[in-house]
Amino acid sequence: MSTLLVLVIVVAIGLVGFFLGRQRAISKDDRSVKAHSLPHYHGWWVFLVSVLPAIIFILVWAIGSSFYIERQAINSLPVHNSESVIASQSLELGMVGGIARGLDKLTDQERANLPTTFSELRPLLSSKGVALATEGQDFMIPVAVQWNKSTARAHNIGAVVAIVLAVAGAIFGLSGVNVRTRARNNVERIILWGLLAASTIAILTTVGIVLSMLFQTITFFQSVTPSSFFFGTVWDPRFSAAGGNGAQGQFGLIPLLAGTLYIALVAMLFAVPVGLFAAIYMAEYASRSVRSVVKPLLEVLAGIPTIVYGFFALVTVGPFLRDISAAISGGYPFIMAQSVLTAGIVMGVMLIPFVSSLSDDIITAVPGSLRDGSLGLGSTRSETIRRVVLPAALPGIVGALLLTASRAIGETMIVVLAAGVAANLNINPFDAMTTITVKIVNQLTGDLEFNSPQTLVAFALGLTLFFITLAMNIFALYIVRKYREQYE
Amino acid sequence: MTDTTLNPAAVAPAKVVRRDIGLKRRYAAERRFKIYGITAIAIGLFFLVALLYSVISNGYTAFWQTEVSLSVKLDEKVIDPTNKRATDPTVLLTANYPILVRNALAEKLGVSLDDKPAIRELSKLVSDGSRSQLRELVSGNPALIGTTQNLWVLTGGDIDSAFKGQIDLSVDQANRKVSDRQVAWMNTLAKEGAMAQRFNSGLFTFGASSRPETSGLGVALIGSLYMMLIVLCLSLPIGVAASIYLEEYAKKSRLTDIIEVNINNLAAVPSIVFGLLGLAVFINFFGLPRSASLVGGLVLTLMTLPTIIIATRAALRAVPPSIRSAALGIGASKTQMVFHHVLPLAAPGILTGTIIGLAHALGETAPLLLIGMVAFVANYPVTPLDPSTALPVQIYMWANEAERAFVERTSGAIIVLLLFLAVMNIGAIILRRRFERRW
Repeated sequence: MSTLLVLVIVVAIGLVGFFLGRQRAISKDDRSVKAHSLPHYHGWWVFLVSVLPAIIFILVWAIGSSFYIERQAINSLPVHNSESVIASQSLELGMVGGIARGLDKLTDQERANLPTTFSELRPLLSSKGVALATEGQDFMIPVAVQWNKSTARAHNIGAVVAIVLAVAGAIFGLSGVNVRTRARNNVERIILWGLLAASTIAILTTVGIVLSMLFQTITFFQSVTPSSFFFGTVWDPRFSAAGGNGAQGQFGLIPLLAGTLYIALVAMLFAVPVGLFAAIYMAEYASRSVRSVVKPLLEVLAGIPTIVYGFFALVTVGPFLRDISAAISGGYPFIMAQSVLTAGIVMGVMLIPFVSSLSDDIITAVPGSLRDGSLGLGSTRSETIRRVVLPAALPGIVGALLLTASRAIGETMIVVLAAGVAANLNINPFDAMTTITVKIVNQLTGDLEFNSPQTLVAFALGLTLFFITLAMNIFALYIVRKYREQYE
Repeated sequence: MTDTTLNPAAVAPAKVVRRDIGLKRRYAAERRFKIYGITAIAIGLFFLVALLYSVISNGYTAFWQTEVSLSVKLDEKVIDPTNKRATDPTVLLTANYPILVRNALAEKLGVSLDDKPAIRELSKLVSDGSRSQLRELVSGNPALIGTTQNLWVLTGGDIDSAFKGQIDLSVDQANRKVSDRQVAWMNTLAKEGAMAQRFNSGLFTFGASSRPETSGLGVALIGSLYMMLIVLCLSLPIGVAASIYLEEYAKKSRLTDIIEVNINNLAAVPSIVFGLLGLAVFINFFGLPRSASLVGGLVLTLMTLPTIIIATRAALRAVPPSIRSAALGIGASKTQMVFHHVLPLAAPGILTGTIIGLAHALGETAPLLLIGMVAFVANYPVTPLDPSTALPVQIYMWANEAERAFVERTSGAIIVLLLFLAVMNIGAIILRRRFERRW
């Protein structure tokens, strides 16, 4: 019986409970006493007490039983004398799991006279669409058979218990239906718990992010010292040496951090003046009709996915800059197609709407009385903006710029396509540099071997990135919030 | 009291000397300032136009694909030389179909089958995709064997580019991908009307392929669809529930403060970090399969949640307190007030925020790269647990291919993606215009 079917049965029991409960509440209400709750609340209460425990049980049972079966399989595997016991064990476990999945697809007849050697079994399974690696061993077959048996047994037990739980819950709920039962309060309490649980998902996500990356980072720091990671100036992870001995590769953060900050700086140098002036013009000068056309158009830029910007940089901006530089210097293109400048400019374009709409909000939030006072004293509009409005809006704008900068630092797709992969440490904006995000992508695409420093370093990079942006965001939100209170 | 006894001569000067307050300079500065603003807006709009122009001019041709019309003789001697198809079904699947197409083409162009070099060049005129086209045709209806069928067959990617005029034919033929002879054949066929551009339905139906002409967005579209469904089914209820709690129930406490700070932060966390989370938690810890759209959907859900929560809270806040007081006043419980009165009134705002969040999720690439969506998937995913790709990831993979025809495909795929986003955003705007209520 599949889990889905069990779920459907449980919900069906719950629905039957709902109707019975509602019916029972109606029939019990003889109008002699005022009923506490409407009949459908009784129905919902029966539904919840029958379905909720059963579903929770199904979840817990599914996780617990698969864990238990895995332990059982590990224990029945023969003990090896190889050095890396954990790695080979998890590999063997994967093989056993694969065989077990394949055995599931066989017919009863085929299963009755199962081949005893792996070399015979493999073609049989591959004819069923289950491709297995060649290094399977004969001893895995009985373990896999046992695995399937335990899984089926656990499944059946779980299904029976879940259905029994649902029925028992329904009976319990039905027995409690009475005119004065506070069914509405009960239902509302459960709803409130549900709402609270939903809102804690935000916390769980953050905790999940930090914990998951922290564990991998700690494992990474067991093979590479933190000081050589944080202060290393050479990035050379040596993919080929993965799993090899001796040749470790160097994981220096500095070139990546420098590239990240450099590209973000170029992007900000482009985006801040353009975005800020656009915001000022739209907030202070533009007529309503101009504003209603231009503002949405600029915001289209914010809605375009970053992969599109990356492609734009790759096929249009990069070659354009390269050709221009070749024309200027007479043949030799001193700007590379993939360069800090290309990535910075395109990222700057992406950031324009962020700067402009955030600053626009902040500038329009400056009270009109300040403007009126300044204009009344005889200053021109631009003087009012420069001497009165901007200083008043400055903390908010700084906050907005910090938010924008954190977005520039965390941006991935543009730099993956436009900045290059060479971890150089230079100050020439026409050369390629690489960023933290690019290296996270590089280290984690392709074949993964989870316990090598080559992949674990991505989590250390991610954690670094997370904390940099977190600090900027918190500071920016703090400034923006503080500023907002000033005028409200 | 000296002020009152001023000398009348000093009070009434003969001539007014206006103090120079630099008006000319200041007005010039004013004009400059205004021009800066206009320039800034112009720069922004220029890049918007440049970006759209670059994508559309590169990509609109991707919706047409060059095909050649051939009368292919389904020769039994080639398809099933040993006449075993009745007993062995694999015969029809492994038969050498490209030879049939090549022969038909040679016959049409009058090239002798014994001229090996010419035949080799000729066979590059048609795509290898003809193999699967004929295979499906013949194995679907084996009775066709021995007949002659008029078919439109895909041309090779380079011929397609040349036919669309994207390959510079003035370059020496050694330095380009199509030879002079191929160009000549191409022109002959085009003159006869046998070679033409037809609507490229393959772009929407094919899966991954190493050849540009037979690669398409089919798998990516299905993968993206699954992900959007998962994001919608998870993030909308969870987001709305969380917002209701924070906006209507939560008292100001430590916990709610932490939750609020968290949500605001999550909205600004780099998306690639969510990919790392997905890799470590969903794939490594829970053991879900790599490249599955389920994992992608879960990661995008976590990423979209803050957007939806922020939008929903704004929508809930916009419902005036009088509605709440009225509901409570006639005896509704707090939960009834929220679910019967506040939530329906906030629904348009919530939906708008959800659509915008979904549009964001649809265009997101970086986290999907980390959970293995960069995969060569040729078969349609049946369930969300099967390996698949997503629309933006497909764009990323094509962007890394070198061939000219892939640039065209990439731009075409971007146009498809942008169209989806435009439809979603316009839908959101219409929804907002139509149902938004000002109190």
